[in-house]
Amino acid sequence: MHTPIRRRGALGVTAGAMLLLAACGTTSGSSPSTSAAPSAAPSVTATTIGAGEGTVSILAWPGYVEDGSNDPAVDWVTPFETQTGCQVTSKTYGTSDEAFSLMKTGDYDVVAASGDASLRLVAAGDVAPVNTELLSNYDGIYDFLKMQSWNSVDGQSYGIPHGYGANLLMYNTEAVTPAPTSWDVVFDKASSYAGKVTAYDSPIYIADAAVYLMTHQPDLGIKNPYALDETQLAAAVDLLKAQRAHVGEYWSDYLKSIQSFETGDTVVGTTWQVIANSIPEGTPVDVVLPVEGVTGWSDTWMVASKAKSPNCAYQWLNYIASPEANAAATAYFGEAPSNQAACEFRTDCEAFHAGDADYAAKIWYWSTPIAECIDGRTDATCTDYSAWTKAWAEIKG
Amino acid sequence: MSTELQERVPRIRDSPARRASVVLSRHARLRLGLLLTAPLFWLGLVYIAALAALLITALWTVDSFTGLISTTWTLDNIVEVVTGSLYQTVTLRTVAVAALVTVVDIVIALPIAFFMAKVASPRLQRALVIAVLMPLWASYLVKAYAWRSVLSNDGLWDWAGAPFGISSPGYGLTATVITLAYLWLPYVILPIYAGLERVPDSLLEASSDLGASTSRTLRTVVLPLLWPAIIAGSIFSFSLSLGDYITVNIVGGTNQLLGNLVYTNVGAANNLPLAASIALIPIVIMFVYLTAARRSGALNSL
Repeated sequence: MHTPIRRRGALGVTAGAMLLLAACGTTSGSSPSTSAAPSAAPSVTATTIGAGEGTVSILAWPGYVEDGSNDPAVDWVTPFETQTGCQVTSKTYGTSDEAFSLMKTGDYDVVAASGDASLRLVAAGDVAPVNTELLSNYDGIYDFLKMQSWNSVDGQSYGIPHGYGANLLMYNTEAVTPAPTSWDVVFDKASSYAGKVTAYDSPIYIADAAVYLMTHQPDLGIKNPYALDETQLAAAVDLLKAQRAHVGEYWSDYLKSIQSFETGDTVVGTTWQVIANSIPEGTPVDVVLPVEGVTGWSDTWMVASKAKSPNCAYQWLNYIASPEANAAATAYFGEAPSNQAACEFRTDCEAFHAGDADYAAKIWYWSTPIAECIDGRTDATCTDYSAWTKAWAEIKG
Repeated sequence: MSTELQERVPRIRDSPARRASVVLSRHARLRLGLLLTAPLFWLGLVYIAALAALLITALWTVDSFTGLISTTWTLDNIVEVVTGSLYQTVTLRTVAVAALVTVVDIVIALPIAFFMAKVASPRLQRALVIAVLMPLWASYLVKAYAWRSVLSNDGLWDWAGAPFGISSPGYGLTATVITLAYLWLPYVILPIYAGLERVPDSLLEASSDLGASTSRTLRTVVLPLLWPAIIAGSIFSFSLSLGDYITVNIVGGTNQLLGNLVYTNVGAANNLPLAASIALIPIVIMFVYLTAARRSGALNSL
């Protein structure tokens, strides 16, 4: 993985930017001063990348910004610093909501946000539109990740896609026979595995129930698991309350999930590919993408609307999207890369189904539930994230 | 004679510290005021003010989408917490767990403390105090995760219990009570041990000389004297259990206590006002508990 990173990507942009160098003041994605509604896209977008400011402050999931201090073998920040002269300071966060709170401090230039946070960041005016034409590596990103509902608003891109992954179904091959192909093993047939079912501990898991209902109760009319009106949400909540009777424990800490599948305390439930990869050889578990489809995540690198170092921020966005850096960061985290060429620098791409558009099409990427139905309905009001949070607390009881 | 004395006594040097101490020794009220400033500052600003801030936050609301707190006054959160069935269920569960943990701890602590204070030799006594304190030197998380593996499907409990047909209770409320009782045990043993140390041996001897049986001595002599210490210990285990959310997370299975509701509302839902409203529940419960403990006179001897 540690081939010396060639200096084409980020350096090319820097050189180009030098030619286009405009006054620093005009080259920023400055903050939207007006309304914070999601539709009110700020009009000011960066048009050129100017000279780097010398520093850039990054907020990201653990494992996204590694400079070798945690593991000397894992370092894709130092090459960036030597290429661009932008010194990186970074902070990690544990949940999307933590990231959302931290962005309010205005201390960060760049944030790596999952879909359950990105729209909120746009709505709160904390992130600025991103002019992807300035990012030479944007062309290399898979098309199915670009301009999606979680990384764009009104046709305006708000960032550059990073890795993506699916929330799969994991099962114990000895306890769960025949091998499941449907989510019904954790819903309608969960009683067979009472006390040994697991589920992801977050309000966003309601979408998993909605994905199941899309197939099994079509008369509810769910078109998008993140656009649920009152009735649809109630149906999902009922399904999850029935499921709770059979759940042994919920997980949000992935190490806890690994351990309970290893010991047999859990035999079936949601999982991530990285968990499956981390379970020791010999444990009788397998993962499957069920027929109903799955939820998943696709993260986005976004630029703060009040960024102090917008030029370095753009250079970071372009750098982290380059095949080498994208491969290093997504491999370390355990997810599929977003850059088509990244798999040349990774050996485990197949395990994550990188670039498999059919596979990716089965994933409903995490997206913030908002009152305005994102499935296009105008005659209905959808339930927002706070309604989901309350519902989730009631499901757990 | 007087000149001799003057020569022997060193001359008093006039320093600012000296002058200050003269002023302080002459003005009792000023002395008291200065002594009390630091603790009052701590109690008033850091403790009371923080609680007041919490109460105020509970009266605000949050915009669920932009995550901004709107500072318009409303009782909605508090009404929801008081009337919502979810909060009632979780409150009852939390109080039941805390009460059970307290009872279990007292039942285990009483004989241990009695042995330490009245039976063991001074040497053994010291060793036992260290043994009781030892678990406090390990991290809370380490102990909770250790219980997680003990209680797991192929854990120590199942392995050791298999020959006797005893299987692990698995993850759930039972596991939570066991783990919490383990974690808070030293905090219950120590006050009871201290209380027992203060019961004079002569009283026990007198009781037995007057013909009382051992159980009668324990019931009518030791227990009444020990009661304040037991209540003091119970305050620790009860209040610590009431606020806990980590153990429930680790061994509680699907259950949640009040602490978890606060945690998810701060961490996941970004709804500080609702979290503050929920946090008021344990505060009110502890207030009632402490008032009752005070009436019983238990706090007087602390």
